[in-house]
Amino acid sequence: MLRISQVTRRFGAKVAVDAVTLEIPEGQMVGIIGRSGAGKSTLLRMINRLTDPSAGSISFSEVEVSALKGRALRGWQRDCAMIFQQFNLVPRLDVITNVMLGRLNQRSTLTTMLNLFPREDILKAIEILERLGISEHGPKRAEALSGGQQQRVGIARALMQDPRIILADEPIASLDPMNAQVVMDTLRRIHDEDGRLVICNLHTLDTARRYCDRVIGMRAGRIVFDGRADELTTPVARDIYGADADFSEEATSTSLETLSRPRSVIAAEAALAV
Amino acid sequence: MPELAYGGPPRDRPRDLRTSYLRDVQQRRLYSGLLFAILALLLISGFTLADERNAGGFWDGLAKLFDFPTELIAEAFEKSANLPVHLLHYLPSLLETVNIAAASTLIGALLATMLSLLATRGLARWPVLIPLFRRAMDIMRAVPEVVIALVLIFVLGGGPVAAMIAIAFHTTGALGKLFSEVNENADLRPVEGLTSVGSTWLQRMWFAVVPQVAPNYLSYGLMRFEINIRASAILGFVGSGGIGYDLKNAMSWGTGRYDEVAAIFILLLGTIIAVDQLSSLARNRLVRGTL
Repeated sequence: MLRISQVTRRFGAKVAVDAVTLEIPEGQMVGIIGRSGAGKSTLLRMINRLTDPSAGSISFSEVEVSALKGRALRGWQRDCAMIFQQFNLVPRLDVITNVMLGRLNQRSTLTTMLNLFPREDILKAIEILERLGISEHGPKRAEALSGGQQQRVGIARALMQDPRIILADEPIASLDPMNAQVVMDTLRRIHDEDGRLVICNLHTLDTARRYCDRVIGMRAGRIVFDGRADELTTPVARDIYGADADFSEEATSTSLETLSRPRSVIAAEAALAV
Repeated sequence: MPELAYGGPPRDRPRDLRTSYLRDVQQRRLYSGLLFAILALLLISGFTLADERNAGGFWDGLAKLFDFPTELIAEAFEKSANLPVHLLHYLPSLLETVNIAAASTLIGALLATMLSLLATRGLARWPVLIPLFRRAMDIMRAVPEVVIALVLIFVLGGGPVAAMIAIAFHTTGALGKLFSEVNENADLRPVEGLTSVGSTWLQRMWFAVVPQVAPNYLSYGLMRFEINIRASAILGFVGSGGIGYDLKNAMSWGTGRYDEVAAIFILLLGTIIAVDQLSSLARNRLVRGTL
């Protein structure tokens, strides 16, 4: 169980996350939605401790995550993998090495720096890449891959950590619809097959609806919705995005089905729905 | 209407932007004009001052500027048959000089790497100590090699070790500054990615920063190697061995040994050209090939 209680993060005078309280049991797939600047990324980064909370506490199965330091903190970061919008791979290293970097915490600094990753790590990395269907790119440099492939390498690095939680910060925001679907399918598959807790920041409603069991809506640093995906009605969505009656869900969509329909049809449907 | 869903009302006021930007441009032009005027003034006043103080006048001296090279080349040409023998004779000294330069560049580059990483914002292990490491590099860079070498020769006695330490010290400061500028341009996303997996600081630097900066480090390092060959030759003048010592002897006794001076110059020039060629080759390979 991940417990977030009264967590606040301030950047100067600006409050990015405002007294957020949440409880997420293990094994869920959670989508956090909201417009940009709503505090979704900051919340996720605080869970991994890339950013420290200004106030409040985060704990995971009786461990006070927000108080960890040094080695214990790095141990927590190993258990709590993160996937980034911009992939955050090392562009000049090959794909398999990038995946193996997920094991940095379990291996000593000296052996990793001499590039002496054990044979089992290399085999494990290749196995994960095979599972995600990109093993043929293993020896290439990460920078030579397309965005969708790089994001799958990011997921592979996360899996290499053998984490208890996977945090995905806008994993599909810089991908085209086709690749976005592949990446989201991959995340969902990991959740279904391994039963890991996945928390995913998304800026499109339909993706959250389609892939997540539970949806959390954030607006201006606060949680304004928390419920099952099917409870997310159009008025609720309008409230989350702070939009007026002109708002239609398809306008935020990047999915293939929506895009394949002509814009005029979408507009007409939106007009009818109001 | 995605704009309505995401953005607020347009907030920029175009009239204000125009006036303020035009004012900025005017100000910048004024500043560069002033700067240019000051520079010109300094140059002119400095020149007249130097011309007055010099023993011979600048214009009188200008005609004699080429006397020395002409004499040297004429004499060397006259005894050009001796040249191959001299080249071979001074080769061991050249090797000693290059050795001093190589060792000091290597040691200096390693120390500079550590110092520069510790002194770069966003990468530093202890951000509070950044000013300390920066000042340390400033000091190391500010002290000329000759000064350190003279002190070390006094303490350790003359020889290549004193020269090596002196050059390495200065190299650490000089390369550290250049390296930390390279570090500032490094993409921080890989660093963040590795922080999120629970890596140590050394692991982050080694896997996320070094692959990005290595080609630039190498090219600065090789450039420094060239500079250090010259520095190492110059330190020979103050008594730390190598080809500089031979050059000093050949030149100071003057009469009749200009052919040896020419041989030494040829050796030095050839070495520096070779290092330059090798460095561009190595850099190209590193940028294009695998690390």
